[in-house]
Amino acid sequence: MTVGPAISAGPTAVIQEAPEPGRWRRMPIKAKVGAILLGFFVLVAIIGPEVTPYDPSYQNPSPAASMNGPSAAHLLGTTQSGQDVLSQLLVGIRLTLELAIIVGVVATALAVIVGVAAAFLGGFWDELLSLITNVFLVIPALPLLIVLLGYPTLRGQAPTIIVLSVLGWPWGARVIRAQTLAIRNRDFVAASQETGERTWRIIGFDIIPNEVSLIAASFVNTVLYAIGASVALAFIGLADLNSWSLGTMLYWAESQQALQLGAWWWFVPPGLAVALIGTALVLLNTGIDELGNPRLRDATSASRIAGHWLPPANPTPVLAEVSQHRGRVATFLNSFSRSSLLDEAGAGES
Amino acid sequence: MSFIVRRLIFYLVTAWVALTINFFIPRLMPGNAVQSILAKFPNLQPSAYHAIEAMLGVGHPGSLWHQYVTYVADILHFNFGTSVAEYPAQVSTLLAETLPWTITLVGTATVIAFLIGTALGIVAGWRHGGSLDRVLPGLMFLQAIPYFFFALILLELFALKVHVFPTGQGYGEGLIPGWHWDFIGSAIYHSLLPALTIVLTSIAGWMLQMRNVMITTIGEDYVVAAQAKGLPDRRVIFTYAARNALLPQLQGFGLAVGFVVSGALIMEIVFSYPGIGLLLLNAVTSNDYPLMQGIFLVITFAVLIANLIVDLIIVFVDPRARVREATR
Repeated sequence: MTVGPAISAGPTAVIQEAPEPGRWRRMPIKAKVGAILLGFFVLVAIIGPEVTPYDPSYQNPSPAASMNGPSAAHLLGTTQSGQDVLSQLLVGIRLTLELAIIVGVVATALAVIVGVAAAFLGGFWDELLSLITNVFLVIPALPLLIVLLGYPTLRGQAPTIIVLSVLGWPWGARVIRAQTLAIRNRDFVAASQETGERTWRIIGFDIIPNEVSLIAASFVNTVLYAIGASVALAFIGLADLNSWSLGTMLYWAESQQALQLGAWWWFVPPGLAVALIGTALVLLNTGIDELGNPRLRDATSASRIAGHWLPPANPTPVLAEVSQHRGRVATFLNSFSRSSLLDEAGAGES
Repeated sequence: MSFIVRRLIFYLVTAWVALTINFFIPRLMPGNAVQSILAKFPNLQPSAYHAIEAMLGVGHPGSLWHQYVTYVADILHFNFGTSVAEYPAQVSTLLAETLPWTITLVGTATVIAFLIGTALGIVAGWRHGGSLDRVLPGLMFLQAIPYFFFALILLELFALKVHVFPTGQGYGEGLIPGWHWDFIGSAIYHSLLPALTIVLTSIAGWMLQMRNVMITTIGEDYVVAAQAKGLPDRRVIFTYAARNALLPQLQGFGLAVGFVVSGALIMEIVFSYPGIGLLLLNAVTSNDYPLMQGIFLVITFAVLIANLIVDLIIVFVDPRARVREATR
């Protein structure tokens, strides 16, 4: 595999389900395109800042260098103050991807901790953690982010990463909790318990490896959220405006009226980069989905059951098991969530 | 307890959590509104600090518990404090002026996107592998474009290059807002391009989810049985498959609506649309913390109400939720 480190989460999911050779060929086409596209951007993020033709912040004082269209000297033209757009883009892709991937890792780790802890601790702690998860799923994140980043001390790369991570875990936590509850009741976990394995070992060696594709999907989703949120926040000026990210590029382009002045080369590249990275992630996620749920692939392919989360219209083996152990799952506080209420109500039918 | 009552309790808890977060943020953060006013009027004496504090109601006299009780009582009376940027306007007044614009625009556009997206998802799921599946990557691309960027491109193309739509604002210049046709017509005309942005960028998400659930639902035994009975396709699709596939779509609405509203806020800025988003930008640029916090609360409450409406729809669509109502 020649793709960058950022997407290693995707292929590991494959390793788990198809350990035989030729797995790259077996991956759904969407996942392949997504992985290649994302790999390209990761490569740009790694190499780009080292090969920038100019210092992205260097302002060329000569009026002739202002707002030039693409040329041999400036492949993507220049800004109003004569800065090189390509150099800004190369640095910006790194900063944005770096932020998004760190947020993805931290928030996914939080999601795994909360989800597994809720499922394993059970009782009061499960109820509390589930309630917190459901509450933060409903509260809209962006307005809260804006309130927090409204304080200038919180602007900048590191504080933004922390705030985005703190608000980015609930979706993953909820999904992982459901899956953990299901796996917990499998025979191989019971066997480990019988042989006297300690809980952390069961979690680390029995539970987590069976959730890799779920964790990968959660990671990709979080990265997507982090890119969208950080770019939007920077666009309205809630970022360190002296640094070059895709968001701050768009902020400067907009505030200096790039589009109205016809300087598309200044404005379109950062937006297009965001859109392409986003598309790559969506494709990758769809690919992971198709791995887990063969029906989503073309109708002729053989169905292979994988423990992958899906909305409860068609309970996958996982959700079917969750519903069998409804008494444990639908604890009091968690029973206020919409889906568990419906699951509980459907108990009599099945 | 019925489905709706339990959900209501959950929303009350969520609203309370949002309130409490809102209470603690300014008390844990360095820098405050008073300093930003002092910075705005350099000829004020530093001794005016406490006077401004009292004026804005941001001074924190009394114990934390006392502050908290006063704060909650204020919010319950829709008293969100005084705006710093547009002093002496009350935050609640500013919100009341802008909220109807946002709710009308974002609400209508979201419902339209949801309906079209779900309908397309039903078709794409039914004709799995058909022509609609081939446009999916294109739709994913549309979905991945940041709302505001898409808005700027549309604005450039349809308002500046080709003068089909107005370049921004909520209604034509010189019109007095009111219930007369000149104004309403102008307002609708001005909202078309922003609404189009929301619809085009959010349709793919609804469609993709509906398609995927639809595909899984079609494989269910009861759908196969319905087909085996020789029921017409239309009936199988809508009464058997789509009705069940719709549930996860509705369940995911809470998460999605918060996302759409957030994106729409930033988009409003691009169109200088006189809604909450533009207000939020003003609050951010002028460090108007009371206004920012008021906006956060109002948006959260709006999202909770939208969720409650979805719950009512679920009771209508899903017999399981109704069975619960009847048996308990």
